[in-house]
Amino acid sequence: MIELIDIHKTFRVDKREVEALKGVTIRVRKGEIYGVIGFSGAGKSTLLRMINLLEKPTSGKVIVSGQDLLELNEKQLRGARKKIGIIFQHFNLLSSYNIFDNVAEILRMNKVSKQEIKRKVDELLKLVGLEDKAEAYPSQLSGGQKQRVGIARALAMDPEILLCDEATSALDPQTTESILDLLLDINEKLGLTIVLITHEMHVIQKICDQVAVMENGQVIEQGSVLDIFSVPKHNTTKNFMRTIFNDEMPEEMVNKIKKVNSYTTRLRVTFRGDAAMDSVIGNISSKFAVDTNILYGSITSIKGTALGILIIQLSGERDIVEEAISYIKGAVYHVEVQAQKEGKQEVLNT
Amino acid sequence: MTERLLELTPLFTLSIYETLMMVVISLVIATLIGIPLGILLVITRPNHLAPNRWIFQILNIIINIIRSVPFIILMVAIIPFTEILVGSAIGIEGAVVPLIVYTAPFIARLMETALLEVDQGVIEAYLSMGASRTQIIRRIMIREARPGILLCLTIATIGLIGATAMAGAVGAGGLGDLALRYGYQQWDLPVMMVTVIILIIIVQCIQSLGNWAANKMKKNL
Repeated sequence: MIELIDIHKTFRVDKREVEALKGVTIRVRKGEIYGVIGFSGAGKSTLLRMINLLEKPTSGKVIVSGQDLLELNEKQLRGARKKIGIIFQHFNLLSSYNIFDNVAEILRMNKVSKQEIKRKVDELLKLVGLEDKAEAYPSQLSGGQKQRVGIARALAMDPEILLCDEATSALDPQTTESILDLLLDINEKLGLTIVLITHEMHVIQKICDQVAVMENGQVIEQGSVLDIFSVPKHNTTKNFMRTIFNDEMPEEMVNKIKKVNSYTTRLRVTFRGDAAMDSVIGNISSKFAVDTNILYGSITSIKGTALGILIIQLSGERDIVEEAISYIKGAVYHVEVQAQKEGKQEVLNT
Repeated sequence: MTERLLELTPLFTLSIYETLMMVVISLVIATLIGIPLGILLVITRPNHLAPNRWIFQILNIIINIIRSVPFIILMVAIIPFTEILVGSAIGIEGAVVPLIVYTAPFIARLMETALLEVDQGVIEAYLSMGASRTQIIRRIMIREARPGILLCLTIATIGLIGATAMAGAVGAGGLGDLALRYGYQQWDLPVMMVTVIILIIIVQCIQSLGNWAANKMKKNL
């Protein structure tokens, strides 16, 4: 559906060259919700603007719905853009138009008939739950309502793709939830492909199928949300993950492991789907002569799949502990040894 | 004193008529020239709809040059141009040409300010929905900037009234000319006072009307 291939973008700022994108490749399949996460300045906003060529790449290919956008002339590009809706962090509504006209204006620009506009706008306002606000002006609406108008407007031309530029970043948590629910709803109902950029991991967790993590103009990690959430590899990804699973051990906990005299390991265990957390833990205690200490545990759902993170500490005879670890490895999705201590001597600590 | 003023009533009426004629004619034409120039000044900026450094810089310089010449000097300086254009450099038509030359760049500058108030994000939104530049200028920028444009035209009108006072120098008459001839040269204080009062009333009315209309438009913003 969308392919950005080896995109480079260099800006000139005060005669200095700034490389905003350094060879980014992403592929978005039809009907999928694709999230790009990164801190500000990572280049995600520039990347999003490549999809409708609001920014032209210095080099690289932009292919949307099988069309190479860089080969289109201005008129053809305008045509292609009509099939790509976009919503913004600051909504960008027309303050001098009421809500109905805000949604209708783009249809009028495209010479849609009056009755058709009325039908379409009413239907869209109903879809976003604002059918009673048609006569209101943007200044009379709350942030969440304004974003709903933005969504209705973006859908007016029946796009195949919806781009979301930090669409929930200016909203409070509760309103964010409702906007995300709405996006999920239109993704399912209309089969719309959605690409969103955000700095909130929560947004990725709640609605995305695929995620790309960006840093310094590069994609440092990408894959299905479930995979990335299960085993984040890059440090930045891990930092983002901690906004959901705050599994960082407090200093005292880390020091505590040093005081134990026997062989001790600290494991980060990832459960997925049906693997029952409690039974694995229960089995360790009954099957192996090791002390099991649960330091942290959390479970969440990613698009219907349960994902659990557990940090446990095992101590006892070295061989038995190793045996227990391989037992856990066989029963769960992923095990990462975070720290290990042999007797009194610290061997490894990450 | 009252008698003398009553005697002069036809003169006042004529002067008001002359002033209004000059203002209306020059305002209409200056607006027709100034608004497109103002739009050009905005869209040729870097990162705007039609970035063009040359057009932007040249316009900028020309407007600055004209804006820095006092009206009375401008009027005299462009007499040859006025003569070519309307065949005469005196009378109302002789005054209207320099008034337009003086006001159009002023309107262009004010338009520029009003249009720059339109949120860049809104323009970007419609660009990304496939709207054409003309559509964005006409249906988004101008529409969104309407209250600002109205205030800009109000200011231009008042500036224009001020400039017409000097049009007496080329025999175009008007209220300013009346005040100058009777009030200043003959030291006829009552005539000068009445002229000034009439000017104050006109300016007040125009400003209030402009504010009222702009507020009415802004009511929903």
